[in-house]
Amino acid sequence: MEIRRFLADICETHGISGYEHNVSALVRAALCRYADEVRQDKMGNVAFYKRGEGEEGKRPRILLSAHMDEIGLMVTKIEEGGFLRFAPVGGIDPRTIVGQEVILFGREAMPGVIGAKPPHLTSEEDREKGHEMETLYIDLALPEQKVRKLVAPGDLAMIKRESLALAGNTFAAKALDDRAGVAVMLCCLRGLEKMRHNADVFAVATVQEEVGVRGATVSAYGIVPDIGIAIDVTHGDMPGVPEHETSQLGKGPAICLGPNIHPKVGAELLRLAKEHRIPHQTEVSPGPTGTDARAIQVTRGGIPAALVSIPLRYMHTSVELADLEDIKQAGRLLAYFIATVDTAFVEGLKCY
Amino acid sequence: MLLRRLAEAPGVSGDEGEVRAILREEVEGRAEEIFCDAMGNLYARKGKGKKPRVMLVAHMDEVGLIVTGYEKSGLLRIDKVGGIDNRVLISKPVVVGKDRVPGVIGAKAIHLQKPAERKKAIPLENIFVDIGARSQDEAEKMAKPGDYVSFTAKTVDIGDNCLCGKAFDDRAGCAVLVDVLKEDYDLELTAVFTVQEEVGLRGAGVAAYTVQPDLALVVESTSASDVAGTKEQGHVTKLGGGPAITLMDSSYIAPQTMVNFLVKIAEKLAVPYQFRHLATASTDAGRISQSLEGIMTGVISVPCRYIHSPACIISQEDWHNTVRLVKGVLNAIAEGGLPT
Repeated sequence: MEIRRFLADICETHGISGYEHNVSALVRAALCRYADEVRQDKMGNVAFYKRGEGEEGKRPRILLSAHMDEIGLMVTKIEEGGFLRFAPVGGIDPRTIVGQEVILFGREAMPGVIGAKPPHLTSEEDREKGHEMETLYIDLALPEQKVRKLVAPGDLAMIKRESLALAGNTFAAKALDDRAGVAVMLCCLRGLEKMRHNADVFAVATVQEEVGVRGATVSAYGIVPDIGIAIDVTHGDMPGVPEHETSQLGKGPAICLGPNIHPKVGAELLRLAKEHRIPHQTEVSPGPTGTDARAIQVTRGGIPAALVSIPLRYMHTSVELADLEDIKQAGRLLAYFIATVDTAFVEGLKCY
Repeated sequence: MLLRRLAEAPGVSGDEGEVRAILREEVEGRAEEIFCDAMGNLYARKGKGKKPRVMLVAHMDEVGLIVTGYEKSGLLRIDKVGGIDNRVLISKPVVVGKDRVPGVIGAKAIHLQKPAERKKAIPLENIFVDIGARSQDEAEKMAKPGDYVSFTAKTVDIGDNCLCGKAFDDRAGCAVLVDVLKEDYDLELTAVFTVQEEVGLRGAGVAAYTVQPDLALVVESTSASDVAGTKEQGHVTKLGGGPAITLMDSSYIAPQTMVNFLVKIAEKLAVPYQFRHLATASTDAGRISQSLEGIMTGVISVPCRYIHSPACIISQEDWHNTVRLVKGVLNAIAEGGLPT
C-alpha cells in the first residue's frame, strides 16, 4: 500500500486515547504481513515481531515504539436543549476547535458541530479573548429527548477531517501525531525485507501516549528490549515560534539528543544517517521528552533509548502538516540501524 | 438538492463566478430573460411588462479571505473579506485561487504556548494560509495576491432533517429563488442573485436601479442563537421556528404595512414564522429600500446557527417553509395587488 494512502486511512480513523481499537485494526492489517508474529497486550499495544538471523538466545532485541492514539473530546454533561459539554482527552487548545464539525460516538456515530457564544452577544473585548473549553459545546441539531436516548456522558467525539495532499510531498491531516510514526514503522519493516539483520525487531503501535505515555510503559516492560527507539513527531517551523526551537519540514527526520537519549545510540543514528546520505537534522531536548522514549528509558533496570521524530507543523490541531519524504527517510534510517546492531554494540551500551 | 451544491461552491465576495454559473444553469428555461450587469449580479426575469413589478433578491457571495502577500517561508498572508470572527479561522482547510489550491490554516502548537497566550484570540497578523510551499518562490507559483480563499465544507445531513455546511448565508436564499421561479405568477418577476453583500451591500443598489421594482423581497439567512448558555432573550431566531421576518436592523426599518402583509400571508397559509429579534447587522434591504425614490422592501430569512463559519446548521423544514411563504407573497400580490 502506498504510504500516502495508508496514512490517510489511519489518520481519518477514530482512535482517541483508551479507545484505539479502530485504528489498531487498520494498523494490524497493514503491518502484519511483515511480521513473524503479532501480539497484543492487555492495554492494547500491538507488537509486530520480526525475527533476526542471529543465534537463538543471543539476538539483540530492538523495540520501535510509535503511538497510535490521538487527542479527542469526551462528553461530560447533557445540557438543557440537548447541547453537550465536554472535556479534552489529551492536550487540546480550545481555540482550535470552534466551528468544527465532529463525529460523536454515541449509540451510533452522529455528526455534530462545536458551537460557542453567539457573536451578537459577544463584545468587541470578548472577541480578543480565546474561547475557553467550558463555554464550548457540541450541537447535534437534535431535540433534547433524542439526545438523551442516543448520548451518555463518557461518549467520545473527534474532529471530522479529511486528509489533504498539499504542495510537493506535504500532507495535512488530524492525528498525524503520531500516525506519522506508525507509517515510519511500516516503511522500516518494508525496508528490512530486503536487508539482513541479526537483531529481533519489535515494532509496537502503542496506546495512551497522549494522556501520559502509559502504553509504552507496559509495552517496554513486557518486551524487555536491549534498545528502545521511540518514533514521534516534533514541532516543525511555524509562525510565532523562533526558528531555533523547531525542525524544518522536508529536511529529514530529527534525531534527538539529550538526557533521555542513550549517547551511543544517538551517535550511531547520526553516523548511519551520514554514511547512507539520509537527510536528517538534530533536535535537542534538555530533559525527558514528551514521547514514548520517556517511559522506555526507565523501564525495568533501565533501557537505552532514542528518539527519531518527524517535523510537524500545527501539532494538536486538526490540520497537522508533515512531509511524506521525512517519513520515508526515517524508515530508511531505522532499517539501517537495525541491520547494524550486533551483540558487541549492545554490550557496549553499558560501558561508561 | 441544489442548495447542497450551491453551498459547496466557493464564492467569496468579488469571486462569485462559480456560484453564478450554477445558478445560470438552474434558471435556464425558467425565465424569459437572463442577464448580468457590470458588477456581476445575475438577473432572471419572467412576465415582462406585467404589473406590478416585483424583485426577489438573494446574495451569492460569502465571507472568506483574500491573499495579500507571502512570508519568506512560503506561507500566504491574508486579509478577511467580510465579517468573520478571527477565532473561527483556526485549524480549518481552505482552497486558494481559481485553481482551488488546497491549504490549511494552522495554529501554534499548544505545547509551545505560554498560559497567558492561550487566553487571547490569535490576531489576524499571526494567521496564515499554508499550502505546503517551502519558500516564497514556490508559493508564488501556486498563489497570487488577490486570490480568494474559501472555506471547504461538504454539505451533510445532521440531526433532525437539518443540513450542516458552509455559506448557507445566503445560498439558502439563492436556492429559494430558484425554487420560486419554477412557478408562474401574474406579475413581472425578476429574481436577482446579487454580488458583494458581505462587504457592504454593494451589488443590491445597482440591482434595484436596474430593475426599478414596485416591491422588493430579500430572502436571507440570519443568525439562530437558540444554543447552550444563551437565555431566551438572546435568541435572534430559533432553528426550526420557521422563516424569520425582519422588523429592523442596522440599515433598514421594515414598513409596518410590509410586516402586516407578510404575517397575514404566513397565517393564511399556516406557515410557521418568527420575528428576527435583533436590531443590528444588515442585508441588501438596507440598500434597496433607499434606492431610487425609495422602494417598498421586505426581508424573510432562513434561521442559521453558526453563521459565517464553515459549519453552519439550517433546518430543511425552515427552508421549505421559506419557499412556501415567498410563493405565497407573490401569489397574494398577483391576486390582490401591492400591500397598502
